[in-house]
Amino acid sequence: MSAPRSFQEIILRLQDYWARQGCAILQPYDMEVGAGTFHPATTLRALGPRPWAAAYVQPSRRPTDGRYGDNPNRLQHYYQYQVLIKPSPPDLQELYLGSLGAIGIDMALHDIRFVEDDWESPTLGAWGLGWEVWCDGMEISQFTYFQQVGGHDCHPVSGELTYGLERLAMYVLGVDHVMDMPFNDPAAPIALSYGDVFRQAEREYSRWNFHVADTGMLLRHFEDAEAECRRILEQPQTDPATGRRIVMAHPAYDQCIKASHIFNLLDARGVISPTERQAYIARVRALARACADAFLATEAGQGAGEG
Amino acid sequence: MPELLIELLSEEIPARMQPRAADDLGRLMTEGLAAEGLTHGPVRAFVTPRRLALVVEGLAPRSPDRVEERRGPRTDAPEAAIAGFLRATGVAREALEVRPDRRGEVFYAVLRRPGRPAAEIVAEVLERVIRGFPWPKAMRWGEGSLRWVRPLRRILCLIADGGAAQVVPLTIDGIAAGDLTEGHRFMAPEPIRVTGPADYRERLAAAHVLLDPAERAARIEAGTRAAAAARGLVPVEDRALLTEVAGLVEWPVVLAGTIPPDFLELPPEVLRTSMREHQKFFSLMNPSTGRIEGFVTIANRETADGGAAILAGNARVLAARLTDARFFWENDLRTVREKGLEGMARALDGVTFHARLGSQGDRIRRIEALARRIAPQVGAPTDLAAEAARVAKADLASQMVYEFPELQGIMGRYYARAAGLPEAVAEACAEHYRPLGAEDAPPTAPVSVAVALADKIDMLTGFWSIGEKPTGSGDPFALRRAALGVIRILLEGGHRLALAPLFGQVARDLLAFFHDRLKVHLRGQGIRHDVIDACLASPGNDDLVLLVARVRALQDFLSTEDGANLLAGWRRAASIVAAEERKDGVEYSFDPDPAFAEEPAERALFATLSEAQGRIDAALAAEDFAAAMAAMAALRAPIDAFFDQVLVNAENPVVRRNRLCLLHRVRSVMGRVADFARIEGS
Repeated sequence: MSAPRSFQEIILRLQDYWARQGCAILQPYDMEVGAGTFHPATTLRALGPRPWAAAYVQPSRRPTDGRYGDNPNRLQHYYQYQVLIKPSPPDLQELYLGSLGAIGIDMALHDIRFVEDDWESPTLGAWGLGWEVWCDGMEISQFTYFQQVGGHDCHPVSGELTYGLERLAMYVLGVDHVMDMPFNDPAAPIALSYGDVFRQAEREYSRWNFHVADTGMLLRHFEDAEAECRRILEQPQTDPATGRRIVMAHPAYDQCIKASHIFNLLDARGVISPTERQAYIARVRALARACADAFLATEAGQGAGEG
Repeated sequence: MPELLIELLSEEIPARMQPRAADDLGRLMTEGLAAEGLTHGPVRAFVTPRRLALVVEGLAPRSPDRVEERRGPRTDAPEAAIAGFLRATGVAREALEVRPDRRGEVFYAVLRRPGRPAAEIVAEVLERVIRGFPWPKAMRWGEGSLRWVRPLRRILCLIADGGAAQVVPLTIDGIAAGDLTEGHRFMAPEPIRVTGPADYRERLAAAHVLLDPAERAARIEAGTRAAAAARGLVPVEDRALLTEVAGLVEWPVVLAGTIPPDFLELPPEVLRTSMREHQKFFSLMNPSTGRIEGFVTIANRETADGGAAILAGNARVLAARLTDARFFWENDLRTVREKGLEGMARALDGVTFHARLGSQGDRIRRIEALARRIAPQVGAPTDLAAEAARVAKADLASQMVYEFPELQGIMGRYYARAAGLPEAVAEACAEHYRPLGAEDAPPTAPVSVAVALADKIDMLTGFWSIGEKPTGSGDPFALRRAALGVIRILLEGGHRLALAPLFGQVARDLLAFFHDRLKVHLRGQGIRHDVIDACLASPGNDDLVLLVARVRALQDFLSTEDGANLLAGWRRAASIVAAEERKDGVEYSFDPDPAFAEEPAERALFATLSEAQGRIDAALAAEDFAAAMAAMAALRAPIDAFFDQVLVNAENPVVRRNRLCLLHRVRSVMGRVADFARIEGS
């Protein structure tokens, strides 16, 4: 496979590769999340017995990682590529290695390693076992077999792959500073670098995240999202308007995602003490569990025969 | 003789779990085969990142026939009892044997259990071992229910006899055992058919898999040394890293590189830690300067370009990591130069140490107060110890220690020097965490000793005061280690210190914990726990140096002939007094009167006791325990003579009472040295 020449070509090749492996190519979730795992296509679909195969790009936000666009590899907004297949196929490692070949990593010249890294998300009440994948000593992906999500044992088990796209692309393209990375084809009439696209926004968000965000408002929004999530889940399962049984796991989960992101913003503003931190994480986890319970009560969350 | 070969091929096994897993496989299979009576020769287990393997030599082809006899009911027993016996043994009535008994005849069932073929037994035992394997953390995958450390992909299990190999019939969770393995994931991924252990190892080696972890480690070590020598450097010894890296590769290839000059001014500990923790690199040191100037990375494959691309990739990651490290180092130095180390420590006021024990800042103030009290007792200038206590934890607020927690203390020393603090203070920053383990020496410099003791004692008294003591199952705050640290600092440095006043409110309970830890610690040096118990009742038991001196003198004394006999005499005296006291319902604890002494042996004991008591008291006051023991030894002959020649229970009640009181006095005089009732044995 020839070497890709831009950030977007790497994304396109991953999309193409996983589409050829039979995954549904989804679009990013339209909410602020900290990682691709938060997309309901992963968190909720890892639950229950129904088979699933999806791949998508997810823009992700980590307010504390903002560096005003100066740091060569730290960003408060970045992209993850996420693959989730349930049940995990027996050749998932080989499929994954195939994707590296697709983006131009020559396995005959490079040293690919699977190094123990157990994944745990305290906010999602989820954990799994797997590895971080190293290419020549550089971590390029996370590879996880989900064991539990939202406090529920996963059965069947999903295999999850997460690629940190900027870091992976910088490696493949041989770029040392993320802002210097070609975003589109460098030979295009209007060639854009990653910096052309994102430097301005990184600067602005870094200032807002660290110093300007209204913490009083954020605290209120956190409470609001938490209350709304609870309220949604307390509704009777039968919808009085249509007379149909409609469990609202997804709208409730949106509020859970919202609470989680607001917590991250508050954390970046430095207004959460270490002790409070644990308490906030526990509150988000309680929401995630409640949403997982609700999803398992939906048609999509149940076996084909039960739905 | 046939040989058994097992290989469990899986996705990558965490390096830290590999050595234990190989041991467990060997042990569990051996135990399982033994339980079935299948004999065998030597057993060897191997492990690589993708496989657990076992070779059993000299496997018996079958387990031996066994005959088992069970005694049943008497022949005249009720029918129901006999029927029950037949059911339990599965033997037909006419096959029962009748044997005479003392009072009649009894049924016997003779069970002949024919031996079974090895393959059948191996299949059963292996299935049990796989299903119950004690991985520290196991998982499920796909739709299966089997648990393994990572997905299990193949089972190879065969019994090889001469040229012939027989696959052991076994299927677990859809995986059928066979005679196939795979080579290196990238260099030789095709299936390989094997016929026996020797063939297996050779074919794997040809397929770029070194089966034996020791062989991989040896190759890594030799290669690293050679690569270092070629650059005029020496590798920094790191056994733990060597074991780990040997568990990350099946085909180790040594690649060496140079640290870019921009990073050479970083402290060597930072370079080492960054390379080791993030990248599993070995550090190469310039032996004349002590600087880290090179690195070795171990790749898992050979490449057409001789590893050039792999090395370049690793070097780029290293440069990014070290750029981060240099950024932290420079930021920290700027903070220290602008605000001083105490200024850096101020940030710790906002960091919770424990929800119920306040902030790190609160803890530092408590440590300072303790260090001030301890300093004069360990020969440290009080002000210097207090200053050291105020800054010893400052580096916990540094960016470098945030990134590399294991550099705590070491960075503090660099930053204290950069802040221009006295060398004793800088040393205390690093040394106050010591001893770091059984192999590590405790600090010896007085200021370091004061802060180290204060730090550990504050941990212990703090957690004790909120009821967070270690339990049998857990010690999340490493309080046992803290107590052992205090014990070792005091004993190895010979520091005389009364602990109880420093322990405050929790002194009683915490001191008991210390005495328990002391027993565990001294057990390794051959000191008996009962001898320690015997000395705990004496005054000054919170001064561990004094306590141990007393214990050692007593144990030495008890191992002499005088000591052993005197102990016997003490026991005789104590048991007679106790028995008579019980019988008479009184205490014979008055002062005996020499005027009532009738026998020469009795008078001699009186005389020796008075003299010994004086000498013992003087020796104890001078803390000369050897002299106290010698003074006690003088009692042995008179006591022996007393028991030989004097009848304690004399007819004259006055004489009898006086003799019992005399024996009581023997007990109380000896009791000034130790509580002999605690000494175990006869």
